[in-house]
Amino acid sequence: MSNNNIGPKRLVVGAHYGLRDWLAQRITAIVMVLYTATLLVSFLTGSNFSYEGWAGLFAQQWFKLFSVVTFFGLFYHAWVGMRDIWMDYVKSVGVRLTLQIATLLWLIACAAWTVQILWSV
Amino acid sequence: MSEVVREVPKKDRPQFRNIHITQLPNYRLPLAGIVSILHRISGFLMFALLPFALYLFELSVRSEISYAYFHGIASHWFAKLILLALVWAYMQHFCAGVRHLLMDVHFGLDKDSARKSAVSVLAVSLLLTALVGLKLFGVF
Repeated sequence: MSNNNIGPKRLVVGAHYGLRDWLAQRITAIVMVLYTATLLVSFLTGSNFSYEGWAGLFAQQWFKLFSVVTFFGLFYHAWVGMRDIWMDYVKSVGVRLTLQIATLLWLIACAAWTVQILWSV
Repeated sequence: MSEVVREVPKKDRPQFRNIHITQLPNYRLPLAGIVSILHRISGFLMFALLPFALYLFELSVRSEISYAYFHGIASHWFAKLILLALVWAYMQHFCAGVRHLLMDVHFGLDKDSARKSAVSVLAVSLLLTALVGLKLFGVF
């Protein structure tokens, strides 16, 4: 956006959160595609399919970080999608707000849970 | 408003509102539309099954004992069915998502290509789900 939108050029409408969410959903989608590809490659080139092989993958620091970033992206992605679903199908404002807050709190809880799982390996 | 205007009898004009859910069977969705609504359904399904997926993931990585327990749960036929639903949702959402991303960069936007890519999304995701399903239920 240009910086000279002052005075008569002031942009009156649009918080642009729609564009931000749209873009965030695309970026997180690409991250998840890359993560899926990484998992697939490690699966196809792997030879140890016991617990050691599986946990060994998640024991590496770089993979923990890649996982946590992907999962956080997934939760943001899910938030955008679920918010769209509630906005489209739930007409009552009170019920919709309740569902949206519940979704958000639940996804934050899932994010904390994911951190706990990943750093317990 | 004057009385004269108010006296004019109101004609019943046709109203075009949003489609109600009871009217859905009267509409024939194009294939791209089917992919679109399946994107939403599969996304919601994965959101709903998120605790199950995280729980299984936790069991699978925490320890050797919990890994054995995870194996036990995943061997049950009902758990396999839920897993298969998750796999289908993932494949469908993944393929349709890649289609979305390609369309975002203006690739395959015309009607004919959009229809073809919609068919591909449905076919590829069902094929991959069938493959995983056969593996899951021990056919090969």
